[in-house]
Amino acid sequence: MLSRTAASLYWLGRYVERAEFTARLIEATIRLDALSPRPAGKGAWESALAVAAADEGFVDTGETRTPQNVARYLTLAADNPSSIRSCLDRARSNARAVRTALSREAWEAINRAWLGLRDRSSTGGTQATLALVDAVKAETRGFEGAQHRMLRNEPSWFIGLGAAIERADNTARLIDVKYHLLLPEGETVGGVIDRDQWTTILHTVSAVTAYRWLYRDGLRPVQVAELLIHRRELPRSLAASTDEVVGHLNLLGKRTGLQGEADRLARHRQSALGRTTIGAIITGGLHEYLSAFIKENARLDQAIGKQFRFA
Amino acid sequence: MGKRAAFDEIRGHDAGETARPEFNALGDWIRETPASELNRRQQAAEAAFRQLGITFAVYGEEEAAERIIPFDIVPRIFTAREWAGLSAGLVQRVEALNAFLDDVYGARRIIADGVVPPELILGNPQFRPMLAGARPAHGIFAHICGIDLVRTGPDAFYVLEDNARTPSGVSYMLENREAMLRLCPELFEMFPVAAVDNYPDALHDTLRSVAPNGRSSNPVCVLLTPGHFNSAFYEHSFLADSMGIELVEAADLVVDDDIVWMKTIEGLVRVDVIYRRIDDDYIDPLVFLAESVLGVPGLIAAYMAGNVTLVNAPGTGIADDKAIYSYMPEIVKYYTGREARLPNVETWRCREPDCLKYVLENLPDLVVKLVDGSGGYGMLVGPTATRAEIENFRAALVAEPHRYIAQPTLALSTVPTLTDMGIAPRHVDFRPFVLSGADGVTIVPGGLTRVALREGSLVVNSSQGGGTKDSLILLDNPAEAH
Repeated sequence: MLSRTAASLYWLGRYVERAEFTARLIEATIRLDALSPRPAGKGAWESALAVAAADEGFVDTGETRTPQNVARYLTLAADNPSSIRSCLDRARSNARAVRTALSREAWEAINRAWLGLRDRSSTGGTQATLALVDAVKAETRGFEGAQHRMLRNEPSWFIGLGAAIERADNTARLIDVKYHLLLPEGETVGGVIDRDQWTTILHTVSAVTAYRWLYRDGLRPVQVAELLIHRRELPRSLAASTDEVVGHLNLLGKRTGLQGEADRLARHRQSALGRTTIGAIITGGLHEYLSAFIKENARLDQAIGKQFRFA
Repeated sequence: MGKRAAFDEIRGHDAGETARPEFNALGDWIRETPASELNRRQQAAEAAFRQLGITFAVYGEEEAAERIIPFDIVPRIFTAREWAGLSAGLVQRVEALNAFLDDVYGARRIIADGVVPPELILGNPQFRPMLAGARPAHGIFAHICGIDLVRTGPDAFYVLEDNARTPSGVSYMLENREAMLRLCPELFEMFPVAAVDNYPDALHDTLRSVAPNGRSSNPVCVLLTPGHFNSAFYEHSFLADSMGIELVEAADLVVDDDIVWMKTIEGLVRVDVIYRRIDDDYIDPLVFLAESVLGVPGLIAAYMAGNVTLVNAPGTGIADDKAIYSYMPEIVKYYTGREARLPNVETWRCREPDCLKYVLENLPDLVVKLVDGSGGYGMLVGPTATRAEIENFRAALVAEPHRYIAQPTLALSTVPTLTDMGIAPRHVDFRPFVLSGADGVTIVPGGLTRVALREGSLVVNSSQGGGTKDSLILLDNPAEAH
């Protein structure tokens, strides 16, 4: 496989994953906004911008921080590199460059998602925004489905690898932003919490029911953090994403004989996640832990590029 | 010419309601299928093309302006007899084109024998002197030719243009057929139609057959594209995919010691045959345009050393140049010893004073073309041009006569076409694709029919409002049909 093809597939996986995450984030934020009395709702959109790492970019637009403006910025803004539109543009651009490595279904799914946003200039009201993000979620699910039906070889693994790396990054940022926002100074873990806010986090990673199944004793921030970091049962947890990265690297290694720094970093992370407990992480500083995780994720990303000769 | 109504390929010269007898069934189908149903099917086809991303970009528009080429649901049909005649003419013409290329980059006998004026070859910008002496495998230069044909009567076919560089459009031949099989299956029950879906296999066989000496046992073939912003990128990816070969960009290739390698995740892999869809000018910055970022430095040296086959070979533009075109009847005769089976359209070379005089006197009746223009640009269609356009061309002709040729305005044949006003005749042309490999010439029975969708228009180029149709070739032997 061409190195350029590997790079495009990897980034295709990353961008589709990011588009889906942003769609979920918007959906959960709308829900939170609706539940919270003003002006608390405004805080919901501010933190959504922070989670999407788009807060500074939004300030640069000079727009006022209304729910409509933020929703539009996260969804359709061409000048926001992490908006759903930008992600799908780049996903499609990568997919187009490597069409020969994709199945017809996988290409059609990504092209359809792109076509769906192409002529939209306004998100419309809340209902319309929800319909839009619903459509994006459906299309990205369609893409994942098509990807799983592709030949089980390098193209599919590179897409999966990109998606897993991106997912780890997104989940880490979600916990980092929300946890600090929601545990004001002096508040101890386990104190009185804002149920709606915490449920929003779970919504963003579609883990509301999963939480109920795994923790029967009600919402506790420390357990939400544990679920999102440690529980392998949850596909979007840091542990599950890491397992996926290791798995894809193994498959690629067996097929191509290429193993190296990326495998070492991924396995190191996997065992580290197995050794630590949520209690230890919180004692040592959750924010510090997550910042280190995000940095390490970026190193892993670079190691992958180097290992497969596309960096 | 032009006074009489154009020949309609389905309905004949009368263009009445009845079809030519051999196409009765199609005439009935056109008459009896409601326009609303035809519209529905046409829209379904176009929606499918859009979903597949069978688009082309119009240069100068942003990427979001990717368009699909309009597809017309009413097919065009050739009888087995018509195809046999065309096919024999195409083989002869393409054999002559390759013999001509082999000669002008080799012994140059045709110049020595005074058949074509030397300055027309040696002074032609399409002639690449640095490629003189090139000996590509099996002496084949133009492996893939798209020969543009027009028709004015039942047996009157003419070659309008030879495309011996990187002809495009074959993906439409294949995708249009897929759409027709799905949307109008009844047509294929009515008529025994030759299949076209073996084109990618035939192309792959052709590529493999021309691998360099000593590399023929299991050659690595790739398709070189300028990238996904190119207007024909869909076709590049479609063909690479259908052949199961890598679709590479210049940055994926590297030349070392006159050998071409591609960069894969497992390291460098040697490349033997490159089906390149990049024009000569951009293919190697060391030899042609230095500022080209689409090209591969050193590629031409590797080609000249015989270590890689380029399909088509560089320098083939000298064979499809419009100035050379006017000599094709002589060229065919010179190399094959026979009269050309497919005639040229009558052509006045404006470089010759008598011709220029005639052209200037008859501009409103003529089509004038730049010898190095393409895509319907740089062209005057006299009968539909404004007075100002004609005067502009007159000035250009007087200033640089050698850059122009002129041809009569042909009454191009029409085919019934679905329009906003129902079924109506529209002018068409036809581009079959001719493959030349080590084992001879192969023509998949089909081609690209382009249709001028505007009433009366003769310009079929997709960049100028043209559309496409499926082209059905009937079989004598129905057992070979779909």
